[in-house]
Amino acid sequence: MKNFLHSMWVIAYRELLRFVQDRPRMFSSFTMPILFLIIFGAGFGKLIGQMMPGVDYLQFMYPGIVAMTVLMTSVMSGVSIVWDREFGFLKEVLVSPLNRGGILLGKATGAAGIAIMQAAIMLVIAPIVGVSLSWGTVLGLIPLIIILSISLSALGLLIGARMRSQQGFQLIMQLVIFPMMFLSGIFFPLTGAATWLEVLSKINPVTYGIDAIRQVFLGSEVAGVTIFGHTMGVVESALLVLGVGIVLLIGAIWSFNKQE
Amino acid sequence: MEVIKSRNLVKRFGKLEAVKGVSFGVQEGEIFGFLGPNGAGKTTTINMLCTLLAPTAGEAIVNGFNVVKERDQVRRSIGLVFQEPALDDYLTAEQNLRFHAYAYSIPKAAMKLRMKELLEMLELWDRRKEKIDTYSGGMKRRLEIARGLLHHPKVLFLDEPTLGLDPQTRSRIWNHIRELRKRENLAIFMTTHYMDEAENCDRIAVIDYGEIVALDTPDKLKDAVGGDVITIKTEDNEKAVRLLKDQYNLQPNQENGAIRFTVLHGEEFLPGFVSGFPVRLISIGLHRPTLEDVFLKLTGRAIREQEADQMQHLKRRMRMRGH
Repeated sequence: MKNFLHSMWVIAYRELLRFVQDRPRMFSSFTMPILFLIIFGAGFGKLIGQMMPGVDYLQFMYPGIVAMTVLMTSVMSGVSIVWDREFGFLKEVLVSPLNRGGILLGKATGAAGIAIMQAAIMLVIAPIVGVSLSWGTVLGLIPLIIILSISLSALGLLIGARMRSQQGFQLIMQLVIFPMMFLSGIFFPLTGAATWLEVLSKINPVTYGIDAIRQVFLGSEVAGVTIFGHTMGVVESALLVLGVGIVLLIGAIWSFNKQE
Repeated sequence: MEVIKSRNLVKRFGKLEAVKGVSFGVQEGEIFGFLGPNGAGKTTTINMLCTLLAPTAGEAIVNGFNVVKERDQVRRSIGLVFQEPALDDYLTAEQNLRFHAYAYSIPKAAMKLRMKELLEMLELWDRRKEKIDTYSGGMKRRLEIARGLLHHPKVLFLDEPTLGLDPQTRSRIWNHIRELRKRENLAIFMTTHYMDEAENCDRIAVIDYGEIVALDTPDKLKDAVGGDVITIKTEDNEKAVRLLKDQYNLQPNQENGAIRFTVLHGEEFLPGFVSGFPVRLISIGLHRPTLEDVFLKLTGRAIREQEADQMQHLKRRMRMRGH
C-alpha cells in the first residue's frame, strides 16, 4: 500500500512538472475552448435564447467550456502513456520498483491536477468575458472537476494501455473525444434534440459530468438530465461519473498489467 | 561472488524461440559482454534479467534475487541503460535524475551528493539545468548512465551502449565505463554487435540464434581461432580453395572474392607458401585473429554480412509500411 501511494505521487509529480514545463501545451489547452466560446457564442447565441428563455448563452455555454477543457486534458493525459512508450520513458518507469497500479493511478491523479489548473485559468478568465461567478460555485466545482478528470483519464489510459503507436491517435481523437464532446450537451441543450441523439447523449458519461458542472453554475432549475423519468441531481451525476471512472480504471490497470 | 546466474533461460514468442536456454554467470566487478548480431536474442536476455519479460523456462538470479519471484528486489539492485533513449525530453537533466531518485526512494541529501558526483564524472554538471531535447546523442547516453547508477546498483546493464554514436563519442563513453568499474566495483553486463567494443570486456559470451556458442576472455577466444589469419586473393579462387584443402590441409573460407584461412606461426608459413603456391597470387595479408574471426569461425558467417542483411530486411519492412 505504501509503495502504491508512493508510486502514485511520483508519477503524478512528473505529469504536473511536465505540464508546467511545457508552455505551448499549457497555452493551447485553453485557447481552443475560448475560440469555441467566441464562435459558438456568436453563432448560437440568439437561438439558445429562443429555446431556453431567460438563459444567457454565455452563462449556458461557459460551464460546458470548462468541462470541455477538462475532457480534452484528461483523455489526452491518459493516452499520453502511448507517448511514454514510444519515446522510451515508459521503460524507465517499468523497470523501477514503482507499483504498476500506482503508476496508472498516478497518471490519473496527475491528469486531475492538470485539469484543476486549467479549470482555474478558465475561472479566472470568467469575469473578464462577462460570466458571473461566486466563491460557492468555485468550491462546488473542484470536486466535480477532480471526479470528471480522473474518470476521463482512466478512459484515456484504457485506450493507451494497449496502443503501440501514435498512428491510432488521430483515430481516437475523431472516434472518441469529438463524439463524446458533441454528444454531451456542451454546446446546445439536449432537450428537444432528435431521439437518437438524446439516447446517445444519455449513454455518454460526460453528459452527466457536464450537467453537474452546469447545475453548480446555474442552479438546478436550468439543467438536469432525465433518465427513466428521474432527473439527476449534482451528487447523483457525480457518483455516476465516479462509478464509470472506477470501472474504467480497473480495466486499464488490468489491461496494463496483463501485457507488460 | 556471482552477481548474475542464469540457468537454461528460455524465451519463446509464439513459435519463435528467441532465447534457447542460455546459462552463464557474471562475477562481481566484471565487464561481461554479450556479442552477437542483431536479433540474436541479446536484448531479450537483458529484458528477462531485468524483469521486463517473464522467461518461458529456466531460472535467473540477480544479486541473489529471483527475477520472477522477487522482482522488486531485483529492480532496486540493478541499473539499466536501454538501447533507445528512455529520457523525458520535456524535462531537464536534473529533473530526470530527480524523478529517478524519487522512484527509487533515495533520501534527498544522498541524492544531491550522488547526483553531483555522477554528473561531474560524466561531464554533464554544467548542463544539468538544460532540457534533454537540447542534448546530443552522446550526452543523452552519458546522462542515462548517470541515472542508472544513481541508486548505487551492484549491476549495470548496458544494452548496446554506443549504438548510433560516432567513434569519438564511443571511445569517450568507454573511458567512462572503465572508470566507473574501477571506482564502484560494479559488475557490468553489456550487449554489443561491435567487435572492437567487445574487446573491452573481461569475458564475452558469443551468442547466435539465441544460443551461446562460446564463452571466454577475448584473448582465449582469439587463441581458439588457431593461429594467425591469412587472407589471399588469387587469379583462380576456386582452384586455390581446392588446393588449400587438399594439399595444405587447411580450412579456407571464401568471401567477397578473398580467401581466408588460419595457420599457426603465420610469419614462418608465408615465405614458403608464396614461393610454392601454384595459383598466381594477387594479394596476401596476415593479421592476428580478431573477434570478427572468432565469430566467423564459430558461426561460419561474418557478423557484418548479417548486419547488411538486417538493414535490407528493415528497409523492406519500412517500405511495406509505406514510409
